[in-house]
Amino acid sequence: MANEHFDAIVVGAGPAGSAAAFTMAKAGLSVVLMERGEFAGAKNIFGGVIYRKQLEDIIPEFWKEAPLEREIIEQRMWMLGEQSVVTFGHRNEAFKQPSNCWTGLRVKFDQWFAGKAEQAGALAIYETVATELIREGDRVVGVRTDREDGDLYASVVVVADGVNSLLGKALGIHREWAPDEVSLAVKEVIALPKEKILDRFNLEGNEGVTIELIGQTHGMAGLGFLYTNQESISLGVGVMVSDLKKKKIKPYQVLEGLKAHPMLKRLLQGGETKEYSGHLIPEGGYHSIPSLCGNGWVICGDAAQLVNFVHREGTNLAMTSGRFAGEAIVEAHQRGDYSKAGLSGYDRRIAASFVHKDLKKYQGMHALLRDVDPTIMFDKLPYAVNEAAYQMLLVDGVSKAEKQRKALRGIKNATGGSMNLLKLGYKGWRAING
Amino acid sequence: MNGVADRLYTIRFKVDETSHLVIDDQQTCLACKTKECTHFCPADVYDWHEVEKMTSVAFENCIECGTCRIGCPEHNISWVYPKGGHGITYKFG
Repeated sequence: MANEHFDAIVVGAGPAGSAAAFTMAKAGLSVVLMERGEFAGAKNIFGGVIYRKQLEDIIPEFWKEAPLEREIIEQRMWMLGEQSVVTFGHRNEAFKQPSNCWTGLRVKFDQWFAGKAEQAGALAIYETVATELIREGDRVVGVRTDREDGDLYASVVVVADGVNSLLGKALGIHREWAPDEVSLAVKEVIALPKEKILDRFNLEGNEGVTIELIGQTHGMAGLGFLYTNQESISLGVGVMVSDLKKKKIKPYQVLEGLKAHPMLKRLLQGGETKEYSGHLIPEGGYHSIPSLCGNGWVICGDAAQLVNFVHREGTNLAMTSGRFAGEAIVEAHQRGDYSKAGLSGYDRRIAASFVHKDLKKYQGMHALLRDVDPTIMFDKLPYAVNEAAYQMLLVDGVSKAEKQRKALRGIKNATGGSMNLLKLGYKGWRAING
Repeated sequence: MNGVADRLYTIRFKVDETSHLVIDDQQTCLACKTKECTHFCPADVYDWHEVEKMTSVAFENCIECGTCRIGCPEHNISWVYPKGGHGITYKFG
């Protein structure tokens, strides 16, 4: 394969890579889609939720054929106390037509999506690691692989190698991520009979529920999640690596703690863990996004930190960035200009889209999570809110006015006093409205 | 399901002959006060041996997340992907 020259090599057959490969192959470019796993998705996990809009933009009516789990009609947010919960949620029939999102499992989904790219004409090469980029001067001209005679050449390389992005590091466009720019998520897929899932979550047919969990992460910045699949539950928790380093707690112990929580235990009762998995999530946000293209290369998805962790959106940003990269490369191909300037259509598309706008809106979030003591937001406040709810609803002869005073005091104390509560509120508001 | 062994049992591994994870300098581990890698790794790949004064690397358990590369306070772990087709294969993901 050494002498063949392709229009594009895509490294990584995740959602970003497959979207890019599909877009380019459909336009008639010669495309290699390279994946280190035995198949697409072999090494990939996510929460996970697949949104309709961004995939529909690539493959109209994909839901008629794609392997999806449940159509999400309700999203819950649970703030956990030690043996209690304060809940918030929204269920709406309008989430059905059209669907807003589905749960999914990566192994099936990624194989399907990479298959679409292959059907469009991309050449998929599995079990192959891209070990480095081949350069000529200031241009990337190909990829070195761990295969014998494994150098491949192309006019452009799409770096979609995921959160660890060793190629992105090799490009020098980002230094190593700092421990506060990534979270480690661990997850279990827990098998449960369909009827139990329908009963326990008040569902019919193909309907599904997502629950985001805050609290019970040992004071570390992070969130848990519980998503309903067809015949399993995805239960996981992601915590900031910088916090995990300090706490000296094993990540799966945090997960085990959640499983034992009285509110979650009954939802999982009788379930059998079918798979354990772990993965990093890029959570640096807006300020961690590297330059997105250069002479002969573009970078997409997790590799470029394109994750909106506030809304747990990643797959859709990956797909959209992959599509944009693909479209920009098709233009570059038509002009025969694969320089940074020639590929700048990618930058322009990202800048004009929800990807850039959403990440910019939450640009202060990373600093907030990095700088504010995580025990306040992820431990003390959830406790104080639960305690306040408990006291307000408990009828024990104490006057309501007294209860209210105590509840407010509890919340103030959790943040270190009134001034700190106000500051935190202000900072929080700024962080989500940057 | 309590320990990591039960959990790792759910994942299919195709183990390579050589480790894709390498401790650069055991002296650095010896001087490391926190030995965090022995805690934060989700697959318990790293263990500190007091008698031998060395960090052992059970690379065959690695789930390829990358946390150790970023988390090691001394950046003392050389981290690459396992050879193509090796390492973990999920069945759900």
